Amino acid sequence: MAAEMEPPPLGNAGETDFRELEDGEDLFVSTVTTLEYPEPSSPEPASLPAEDISINSNGPKQKDVSFDDDPEDLFAEATEEVSLDSPEREPILSDGPSPAITPVTPTTMLTPRMDLGARCRIEEDNNGDTFDIHIAVSDPEKVGDGMNAYMGYKVTTKTSMTIFNKNETTVRRRFSDFLGLHSKLASKYLHIGYIVPPAPEKSIVGMTKVKVGKEDLSSAEFVEKRRSALERYLMRTVKHPVLLKDPDVIMFLESSELPRAVSTQALSGAGILRMVNKAADAVNKMTIKMNESDAWFEEKHQQFENLDLQLRKLHASVESLVCHRKELSVNTASFAKSAAMLGNSEDHTALSRALSQLAEVEEKIDRLHQDQAYADFYLFSELLGDYVRLITAVKSVFDQRMKTWSKWQDTQLLLQKKRESEAKLQFANKPDKLQQAKDEIKELEGKVEQGEKDFELISKTIRKEVSRFEKERVKDFKAVIIKYLESLVQTQQQLIKYWEAFLPEAKAIA
Amino acid sequence: MNLILNPTLDEAPPLRTHRGIVTSHDFLTTPPAAAMMQEGLDDGPDFLSEEDRGPRAVNVDLQTDATLQVDISDALSERDKVKFTVHTKSTLPNFKQNEFSVVRQHEEFIWLHDSFVENEEYAGYIIPPAPPRPDFDASREKLQKLGEGEGSMTKEEFTKMKQELEAEYLAIFKKTVAMHEVFLCRVAAHPVLRKDLNFHVFLEYNQDLSVRGKNKREKMEDFFKNVVKSADGVLVAGVKDVDDFFEHEKTFLLEYHNRVKDASAKSDRMIRSHKSAADDINRIASTLYTLGTQDSTDVCKYWTKLFPLFSKLSKIEARVAADEDLKLADLLKYYLRESQAAKDLLYRRGRALVDYENANKALDKARAKNKDVLQAETSQQVCCQKFEKISESAKQELIDFKTRRVAAFRKNLVELAELELKHAKGNLQLLQSCLGVLKGDT
Repeated sequence: MAAEMEPPPLGNAGETDFRELEDGEDLFVSTVTTLEYPEPSSPEPASLPAEDISINSNGPKQKDVSFDDDPEDLFAEATEEVSLDSPEREPILSDGPSPAITPVTPTTMLTPRMDLGARCRIEEDNNGDTFDIHIAVSDPEKVGDGMNAYMGYKVTTKTSMTIFNKNETTVRRRFSDFLGLHSKLASKYLHIGYIVPPAPEKSIVGMTKVKVGKEDLSSAEFVEKRRSALERYLMRTVKHPVLLKDPDVIMFLESSELPRAVSTQALSGAGILRMVNKAADAVNKMTIKMNESDAWFEEKHQQFENLDLQLRKLHASVESLVCHRKELSVNTASFAKSAAMLGNSEDHTALSRALSQLAEVEEKIDRLHQDQAYADFYLFSELLGDYVRLITAVKSVFDQRMKTWSKWQDTQLLLQKKRESEAKLQFANKPDKLQQAKDEIKELEGKVEQGEKDFELISKTIRKEVSRFEKERVKDFKAVIIKYLESLVQTQQQLIKYWEAFLPEAKAIA
Repeated sequence: MNLILNPTLDEAPPLRTHRGIVTSHDFLTTPPAAAMMQEGLDDGPDFLSEEDRGPRAVNVDLQTDATLQVDISDALSERDKVKFTVHTKSTLPNFKQNEFSVVRQHEEFIWLHDSFVENEEYAGYIIPPAPPRPDFDASREKLQKLGEGEGSMTKEEFTKMKQELEAEYLAIFKKTVAMHEVFLCRVAAHPVLRKDLNFHVFLEYNQDLSVRGKNKREKMEDFFKNVVKSADGVLVAGVKDVDDFFEHEKTFLLEYHNRVKDASAKSDRMIRSHKSAADDINRIASTLYTLGTQDSTDVCKYWTKLFPLFSKLSKIEARVAADEDLKLADLLKYYLRESQAAKDLLYRRGRALVDYENANKALDKARAKNKDVLQAETSQQVCCQKFEKISESAKQELIDFKTRRVAAFRKNLVELAELELKHAKGNLQLLQSCLGVLKGDT
């Protein structure tokens, strides 16, 4: 079980396991990552309290063969596909590609209620290729032993886009691979103004527990949290039209072997270099005083600062809510037991029965609270966490613009100085030095022009990026909020059911 | 009701309630011939149903006959003391007037309770448990913190916290008033205790009863007495009773009391978590509000729609917690105290039994030695009478206790279920309407 699964090499005929996507059908692969079940079939809960179930609305009616391969894997059901009737299959969300969030579906919450009507929209990118790609991260498996162990994740890409070699690819990746991808993308795109989605955070504590082999609930939750985060990360990355076409991204999704990204290790040379750079950047930020000629940037910058603050506050409150709901669930369970005991010792039969009923109701309610806590977390809290990190990326893009401006200004200053020294040399009558100066000036003039162009380009790019980001944000939040509210609705409906069942029992006490 | 909480004072200002406040809980279940629906004090704009204004809209159960009706018509909280206005309506000849009021403090209630306990005549009755001391410490701390932090908070935050604190203070205040009232009503409803002279003095004497709290020495004495009593209790409980009824009651009460204690503690914890969750939802609501005012994009409209939803949801959750507190936690706490009182009764009876048996043995010994026979005989007679008197009334008391208990549980469980349903339905409606609006938007 610890053996690393070698995915079949690309182009192998063995890939016929996977069903071909039906073209022209559902184009919203990304909407798939939400829980939508026209039929209430839910996989049995393994030992996990929360299971992630994402449907691939693209298509296969039966469960995908590949995912059934390892029955002993706790997480085998994580991407179980529930069959959908293809013609009636509708994306869950009303708008375009929905956020790549995979909410956890605790088994009690799998009732299909979230049909939002078939309002698909096709988003075309420049190539005329319709945006049609779905990525699933699944089957976390521990590879190796001891401190060198790591979690391998299966990354499955299903797409009909032509930039990919095949319609369906499966590869195995580990966490550092994801970090490596992000660092490559960041180094390529961040400085020209693209908002590169941040990768999930490292967690030494969490990983150590997993490495050490602690098979308890908290490490299972940690792995699930990470798996879900990785999936969201990939979906966000590919939703970016430019990043999607990046060869690194394509290689990440398709090639069976990936060079080990050692530079992502915290204590490596690259890691230390990163830290030094971060510190230098922070200092620079404080010293650069940019004359903002463009009010738009000023305004947006301020807005993002405010948003950051508020989202962090909101995130903290939601996390606190998750914590308290979990606590409530535990306390309700212990009260239920206590009430049952009380009912046992009560010698009036009808009252005794009613108290036992109360204990049962409270027990059911405690499970309800637990499920609600998971929904709170995976829907709401994780989304907010993602956006807090995303906004950090946005802010860094703004900083890059400042850096670009600063570089341009510095080059201009240098040019000016050179011009002055050239003027001096004119009088000093040193022909070869003069020529050298003139050459340098020419070079610097070119650089200044380039600097200005760079600055304008990055400004333009940022404007585009920000507007895209805002659009995505609206869709993301709306989708999640709706889903979250629906989860709350379900909880209330269940509560009503339970109390309505209890009421006659209470009234029956003679 | 005007409640002005001025946090710049170090003590809470006088908190006054009026006639319309909640009166007793209905742990007494005498037929509610005079069931008055008192409107709970309004704690802020309440969009929920009319009958449930305020966290405590309760029935008042009074004895069917109008010979003695007692209630607490008013209460004043100042500093660390609460002054209750005990209002009596009576047609009994014992009292000078038909209707009168006096002001009493907590210590005087305790004095009355203790006088019952110490009275040998009442050994055969379940003495209504004393009301717990009014405890505003937690609120007072918060009030101080509020006062200290006044400068560092925005005006809205400050007003909101003040309102919350006021509501909390009010809730605790209402509770303590209700507890004291229940005690008095139980006494008034009891056929024997209502005739007690101390009780009449308590009700009528309009001067201070000069009951001082126990000083240190007396508290130590009490402590030792309790130790002796519980040791004795164990001994006495060990004596097997010939009478099946009492034997059964003994085992039953012991187990029941422990389990009620456990259930009461667990329910408290559960309700506290519930309150914390409600507070979190409230905080989420206020952040949503800020986001709504600041955010520029279309997301803004979602924030502005969500803010009222979450703030109402948090109010409902808080209300659920408060109702659970009232119907469940308070019920359990009260029966914890009552079952203790019942256990005390059994202890007294057991003690009397042991005394009786000892007196019998002494009599036999005296007869054998033919010394002090008369004395032994009279003492044996006294013990016998005492024991039989206690046994007789104890049986009835215990049966009544059961009836009361069953009825109280029934009432509260039914009401609890109804309230939970109401709130869940309210939540559901809010959520569904908000969802409808959100989904309807493109």
